[in-house]
Amino acid sequence: MAETRLMTINMGPQHPATHGVLRLVLELDGEVIVKATPHIGHLHRGVEKLAEARTYHQVIPLTDRLDYTNAMGNNLAYVLAVEKLLGIEVPRRAQYLRVMMTELQRIAAHLIWLGTHALDIGAMTLLFYNFREREDILRIFEEVSGGRLTPTYLRIGGLAKDLPEGIEGKIKAFVEAFPTRMKEYETLLTKNVIWLKRTKEVGIISKEDAINWGVTGPTLRGSGVKWDVRKAFPYSSYEDFEFDIPTGSVGDVYDRYYVRLREMEWANAIVKQTLAKLPRGPVLADDPKVVLPPKEMVLTDIASLIRQFKIASEGFQPPEGEVYASVEAAKGELGFYVVSDGSNRPLRVRIRPPSFLNLSALPKMIEGSLIADVVSTIGSIDIVLGEIDR
Amino acid sequence: MNENHPALKKLQGKFPSSAIEAATFRGEVSVTVPKKDIFEICRFLYADPDLQYHMLTDLCGVDHFPQSPRFEAVYLLYSFKANDRLRLKIKVGEGEPVKSVESIWKAANWLEREVYDLFGIPFENHPDLRRILLWDDYEGHPLRKDFPVEGPDFDKPFVPEV
Repeated sequence: MAETRLMTINMGPQHPATHGVLRLVLELDGEVIVKATPHIGHLHRGVEKLAEARTYHQVIPLTDRLDYTNAMGNNLAYVLAVEKLLGIEVPRRAQYLRVMMTELQRIAAHLIWLGTHALDIGAMTLLFYNFREREDILRIFEEVSGGRLTPTYLRIGGLAKDLPEGIEGKIKAFVEAFPTRMKEYETLLTKNVIWLKRTKEVGIISKEDAINWGVTGPTLRGSGVKWDVRKAFPYSSYEDFEFDIPTGSVGDVYDRYYVRLREMEWANAIVKQTLAKLPRGPVLADDPKVVLPPKEMVLTDIASLIRQFKIASEGFQPPEGEVYASVEAAKGELGFYVVSDGSNRPLRVRIRPPSFLNLSALPKMIEGSLIADVVSTIGSIDIVLGEIDR
Repeated sequence: MNENHPALKKLQGKFPSSAIEAATFRGEVSVTVPKKDIFEICRFLYADPDLQYHMLTDLCGVDHFPQSPRFEAVYLLYSFKANDRLRLKIKVGEGEPVKSVESIWKAANWLEREVYDLFGIPFENHPDLRRILLWDDYEGHPLRKDFPVEGPDFDKPFVPEV
């Protein structure tokens, strides 16, 4: 009898299908995966440590760089935590605009996921379609905030500024056109036989396992758990909008794909509702000790200039305590656990990244399946190493 | 509302000898429990049919240096049944091991590795306790308060030994 040995293969960290710098060590018996070990940390920048050395306002730009496809959502999770710590209420208009921006960002994030996931499996056309629509959203962000990938648009207590003149028409045009675009994507994939064969019954994780591994977001919903932070713990006036939580049933790659497509439709519907219901009023809370003054006041009024200087250099001192606030980011539940010791810098900023726990369940999904399915499974859990490694 | 929290009531009934303290801040309940009981308490909260804290949302460390015991390990539990979050905290001294909850929630596998990596809190009975974000022969634990933000060697040129 010839001796059979397992073969060890290293995949990544520069493999294009690992979406960044994930490294997988795969032990193979022929083409079947016996054991998979993810190695992470290649993009570790110590964001949690850096946050401890900064004032509360200065942490916001760091959050953009966690999951860099979902910057608005990251901003939102952080400012919600600090606002909870301070106990301040944000004006209604700002809350609605936050919802509008995070939902546009969700569409943009899912478009990147769809394009790259399809490209991994061999459907190239979609990438060009997806980036065309994503560009529209990034142009809107650029006009609103000045930044495309890292807008840093949200502030503690509200927003950096109100919407610029005429942007609502552009958002409306995008929202009106998007359902037709969705149809274009779906004709390419949803009933495509090659797509079905590569994704159906691949990378399955059951409901119970998904919960036990701490999986959240579309990956959890693909396994049939109807749970969403926006419904379970509504924040930023989400209770004012009508939307459904799409779920899958089997928990395979196809279900996760299907859930994300439906989520894009609902996100689009939410943006439409925010446009229709958008109230008038200020976009910053009235709390001079915490909130930065509007830019035009800083340039014309000495008291505002002093206030701006004081808050930007010294920051503010929230009461002693600890809070946890989370949002439904594009990847899952993104939470910030902020501990304050009463000084102007946080004692601890813990980021609960959704991709970290979703990725930890990857070996569970791929062990026992074929090596070709690893690529489609990684794509289907939609990881971004920026937030896994922090 | 603190005394009325169902999980807290049950915990105090189930572990009467244990010093369980609860605090409420901005509507969030934090329960400090003794370190030696953490595994039993977690298993109880997971398995109790009325509570069913089936998800470990987060597990992280906090360094309160120079207080003693300096560390806190913070567990954030979620129950789908009650739609409720519960925060458990234990105080951990330097070098003291904590019982792993990996056998209850698989999510704890990577979360405990991260706490071990960044704070140096070892977990007992963990199946695979290695560093996760930093490389294996890295020295020090960066999220400790006595670790400099810019790193211990930032002003020294990096010359690897060949």
